[in-house]
Amino acid sequence: MQIIIKTDWCKSCGICAAFCPTGALSVEPGEKARATDVEACTGCGLCERLCPDLAIEIIKVEVSI
Amino acid sequence: MKDIRFIQGNEACTLGALYAGMDFFAGYPITPSSEIAEMLSGELPPRGHTFIQMEDEIASLCAVIGGSLTGRKAMTATSGPGFSLMQEALGYAVMAEIPCVIVNVMRGGPSTGLPTQVSQGDVNQARWGIHGDHAIIALTAGSHQALFENTVRAFNLAETFRTPVILLYDELIAHMRERLEIPSEGEIPLVERLMTSVPRDVDYRPYLAREDGRLPMSDFGGAHRYNVTGLYHDMWGFPSTDPSVVRGLLSHLVEKIEGRENELTFTREYETEDAETLLISYGSAARTARQTVYEARDKGIRMGLLELETLWPFPERKVRDAVAGVNETVVVEMNLGQVFEQVRRVARSPERVFLANRIDGRFITPPDIRKVLRIIAGKGVWA
Amino acid sequence: MNVQNYVRKRFLPHLWCPGCGHGTVLNALLRSVDELGLSKEDIVMVTGIGCSARMAGYVDFHTMHTLHGRALAFATGIKMSRPELNLIVPMGDGDALAIGGNHFIHASRRNLDITAIIMNNHIYGMTGGQFSPLSGPGTTATTAPRGSIDPAFDAMDLAKAAGATYAARTTTFHVRELQKMLTGAISHKGFSVVEVFSQCPTYYGRKNNTGDAPEMLKAFRDETAKIGSKTLDENPELIPRGVFVDRDAVDYGEAYAELCRNAAKEAPRC
Ligand SMILES: Cc1ncc(C[n+]2csc(CCOP(=O)(O)OP(=O)(O)O)c2C)c(N)n1
Ligand code: SF4
Ligand code: SF4
Ligand code: SF4
Ligand SMILES: [Mg+2]
Repeated sequence: MQIIIKTDWCKSCGICAAFCPTGALSVEPGEKARATDVEACTGCGLCERLCPDLAIEIIKVEVSI
Repeated sequence: MKDIRFIQGNEACTLGALYAGMDFFAGYPITPSSEIAEMLSGELPPRGHTFIQMEDEIASLCAVIGGSLTGRKAMTATSGPGFSLMQEALGYAVMAEIPCVIVNVMRGGPSTGLPTQVSQGDVNQARWGIHGDHAIIALTAGSHQALFENTVRAFNLAETFRTPVILLYDELIAHMRERLEIPSEGEIPLVERLMTSVPRDVDYRPYLAREDGRLPMSDFGGAHRYNVTGLYHDMWGFPSTDPSVVRGLLSHLVEKIEGRENELTFTREYETEDAETLLISYGSAARTARQTVYEARDKGIRMGLLELETLWPFPERKVRDAVAGVNETVVVEMNLGQVFEQVRRVARSPERVFLANRIDGRFITPPDIRKVLRIIAGKGVWA
Repeated sequence: MNVQNYVRKRFLPHLWCPGCGHGTVLNALLRSVDELGLSKEDIVMVTGIGCSARMAGYVDFHTMHTLHGRALAFATGIKMSRPELNLIVPMGDGDALAIGGNHFIHASRRNLDITAIIMNNHIYGMTGGQFSPLSGPGTTATTAPRGSIDPAFDAMDLAKAAGATYAARTTTFHVRELQKMLTGAISHKGFSVVEVFSQCPTYYGRKNNTGDAPEMLKAFRDETAKIGSKTLDENPELIPRGVFVDRDAVDYGEAYAELCRNAAKEAPRC
């Protein structure tokens, strides 16, 4: 999974982190959103849909074993 | 063969609009303008053109603006109370430079006033009904032939200058029947919309004026995607509060009209060459004024008439020149002196400008004018 | 898909406050447009005035930012003139149902093929937090310091009674549902309305002690329930979400086209 956060658009509202089901994201007060646990991300896409600032994009990376 | 009709003024206006190529009408019924909507509800559908009766006059002008932006020659028709409701959308049309024609058939006001009687009380409203600095074009007519021609002219000016044009005439003209000779096709030239030559996918700037001040358009929803707003905006149509953009746009909006008196002001003159007394009038009142001039001439009195067909921008130069050569000027109108004030403003000797008016819903007559002339002459009121 | 393809990037980040739900409505709308495979050239967005109305500046469609409350009237003119275009009209709650209420009911009645979105933050955001006809009794607002006594409209009841042929309600928490409803509304033939509860943390939130944007979204989650759900049956005080109306009726544009075709068969008149 690749989590792209467009930090110049993010307004630190905290919505993405509050509702990420796996705790992959965090937003510290006054700071931009960060993907703190990329491994945990399941690619559910909730954060990119909830974000009011179009600041997140989730890219599903195909991993071939 | 000539096409000659004996019809109402509202029909003459409607036929003029159809002649001009009007293909979009939205309106809300109100006396004394309703005949226009009634007639168009029959005439537009068979041509495949749009007629829609909206929920009020606000919606009517908004719909007209939408129709015009998408490439139509669009019009609405109303009277005082409806014209009051249209002011906000009219301001939008001025700001966003949307060509369209608004017919206001004047009745007595304020408020519901005198729905079925004659008045010319909306002259100043046409000029200043909108909030904020701006300029506007308003035409009028005193006969059905002139009304037909000026309706066509209203569409032509709207397209030429990308602006709303108000066609202001009074209830008497609207409902009176008289002869109209319909010009043959091509007899009155029509101005079609100036379209941009910028091809698809090339940066089109809807609010970038050419050197001659005209702004080529692109049908909204068509080849170019742009923004339209009532806010001050840049040449792409996006909001801006940059002082130079604001100043530039306001100057452009005013200059494109106020700076063109010669192209925009239409007048007619009767017996003015050697006149010592000048009447200035417009609309149905000008008919009375003309009659008064002819009766005076029969008695050897040197009287003439300057009839205004453009009310705004006010024909300053023509009026100033006409007034300069006479002993006294009498403005004949059916209100408390709205054009009279303008004539006094531009006259070099405003103390020689007088008003002959009626404000009681009755049509002004030659005796009403002669009474004023006798007072001016110091002869008292009674003949 | 990348929603950023549909926005005018030079105007972003947008001017909405941090956590404002209006951005989430925009987000869902762009996904819906993408899902439907619509081209930017086929969409006209008309907005009124308000925070909601700013959306017109951000999307790369044909856009028109008009007058407070009048967006549907402008859109009616455009649609009557160019029936092939998709008309999307996002409005604020005040925009749509206070000053624009008359246009809203008549657009619903006519059933012209336009998609209206009511971005309902239960407040006048742009002018600083005055109550709207959707605020409801008890809402604190800058013009209701002691709590509003004004009863609220139910936008769905209103749309239904006025004749809208598609009417749905959801919130900015229910983002997948929101996208689905927008897609349903845009593909519906006739007048469609989607009411979206949208959080205004800046005015509604502060005045009514709702907490921050995530807290407001939790309230949308906890205070609403799907039509037909067990939760709603058991908790009738919850606000229903879902599709309230979805029916076929003659589209005004088609009725007008037919009127024209029939009229053209008559002898010429004037
Ligand atoms: C005719 C008119 N009246 C009042 C206003 C001032 N005004 C601008 S936006 C607005 C209310 C906005 O509230 P809403 O429609 O709910 O949109 P929001 O900002 O909450 O998204 C008002 C009253 C105006 N612009 N025009
Ligand atoms: S939801 Fe969007 S704007 Fe808000 S913190 Fe997350 S990335 Fe930033
Ligand atoms: S896609 Fe889902 S799991 Fe991954 S960060 Fe976003 S919300 Fe969390
Ligand atoms: S005032 Fe409210 S509605 Fe307006 S942008 Fe801010 S949060 Fe959004
Ligand atoms: Mg609101």
